[in-house]
Amino acid sequence: MDATQLIHPLLALALAPLMAGIVNKTKSAFAGRNGPPVLQPYRDLWRLLHKGAVYSRTTSWILRAGPIVSLAAVVTALAMLPFGGTAAPLSFAGDLIVFAYLFGLVRFLMVAAALDTGSSFEGMGASREVTFSALAEPALLLALAALARMAGSPSLSGLLAGAVANPAVSIPVLLLAAAAVGIVLLAENARIPVDDPNTHLELTMIHEVMILDTSGPDLAFAGYAALLKQWAFAALLVGVLVPWRTGVLWADVALALAAMAAVAVGIGVVESTMARLRLVRVPQLLLAAVACAALAVVLVLR
Amino acid sequence: MDFWVNCLVVLIAMTNLRLLGSSRVVSCVHTVAFQGVLLGVLAIVGASGGLAAHGIVLAAVNIVLKGLVFPWLLMRALRETHLRREVEPAIGFGASMLLGVLLIGICLWIGSRLPLPVGVQASPLLVPAALFTLMVGLFMIVARRKALTQVVGYLSIENGITAFGLGFALKEALLVELGILLDAFMAVFVMGIIIFHISREFDHIDAGELSALKD
Repeated sequence: MDATQLIHPLLALALAPLMAGIVNKTKSAFAGRNGPPVLQPYRDLWRLLHKGAVYSRTTSWILRAGPIVSLAAVVTALAMLPFGGTAAPLSFAGDLIVFAYLFGLVRFLMVAAALDTGSSFEGMGASREVTFSALAEPALLLALAALARMAGSPSLSGLLAGAVANPAVSIPVLLLAAAAVGIVLLAENARIPVDDPNTHLELTMIHEVMILDTSGPDLAFAGYAALLKQWAFAALLVGVLVPWRTGVLWADVALALAAMAAVAVGIGVVESTMARLRLVRVPQLLLAAVACAALAVVLVLR
Repeated sequence: MDFWVNCLVVLIAMTNLRLLGSSRVVSCVHTVAFQGVLLGVLAIVGASGGLAAHGIVLAAVNIVLKGLVFPWLLMRALRETHLRREVEPAIGFGASMLLGVLLIGICLWIGSRLPLPVGVQASPLLVPAALFTLMVGLFMIVARRKALTQVVGYLSIENGITAFGLGFALKEALLVELGILLDAFMAVFVMGIIIFHISREFDHIDAGELSALKD
């Protein structure tokens, strides 16, 4: 194993909260506020880790397993993503399906943990989460399928390896796939057109409402897993949008990190300029993502 | 060059999907206007063998008419009829979008079987995209109730015909294109007036009500 393969997982573990900080800073800048420091997410996680957890007597081991297994699954998924010229530590044929369904496992456990508490609000959040992710999943898989077919490789590493052989065909496909992955990024990470991360009204929340009964280190794990998930989708988007390589390792990594910061700012801009969609309109947005991904597949197959 | 043509063609296909999925009349009008501007740009970029004068004329007329004049006319009709800003679909937005994806597949299949005249060097995606735009226009006319969105569908058909014509941008195409554009201009002008009259007669512009008319 090459030492450079560990660069991306370590960077992700270290910088995922920073990305959330950049998103918050961008939103604050749009609102004309100073906003929380960029490092605030680290402090929040640190504070939560030093608290004790409170468990309701009605809950079982599922509530405790949810955040821990989520974190483990997300870290595993991160290990499959190549990043800016560095190879992924884990790579095998078909790992893109494992990648997609590791997030499915995360979702299942978080939903099970939410249902385990017996709270009706959490049940509503769980129901929404499952509904929307059922529509986001075909978009992600179709986009990955288009890219895999184009690159002629059944693994994420090969698919994002930056093979821009025939730009006349590949650039439109890359753009379409990026649009689909971008919408999935917003939907899966509870960002604004789908869910408002800042809302505190249980009736409208999706992700936040599912962790209402999670506290202390468990909340830190769930939050950290969510941040890493956001990093993973953003890294996937960057891999699709910035397929060019200079060949120099540090330059490639720096380029990818700059692109990640750009994605974070982009999320902030979307959150500041758009209103949350009504819940009935969210499936249409996700269907648009599916349509983009299907168009990409059709273009590749043609 | 082929690269830019492909990007534009994909963008045009995406505006079609937006047309199918958007629930507001205003954004429909803007989308179809944007589509017209894209077609104008396509006429400039896609002109094989340098820019001929007629290519520039065509592009300019396209951009001015479809990007500025038509939206202005439609927005005026929208303002004067005080209609509700939401599209009333006969077929839901989600179903429309899925049908759109299906239409893309059908158009690509037809496009691959359609024999093109010899000597035409169009991007292989142009003909399917033109057909798709045309079919989305027809679909909009059938599946949306408001007269205004049906005009938008008509404009989308017009855009499809223009895109089709651009694929065969031969010398004599200029006259035909300009003739079609003039027709479209007159049609939108007249439709604006008709929409106004429908809304004055029925207090709304639901075209389904027209079938209740008797002589």
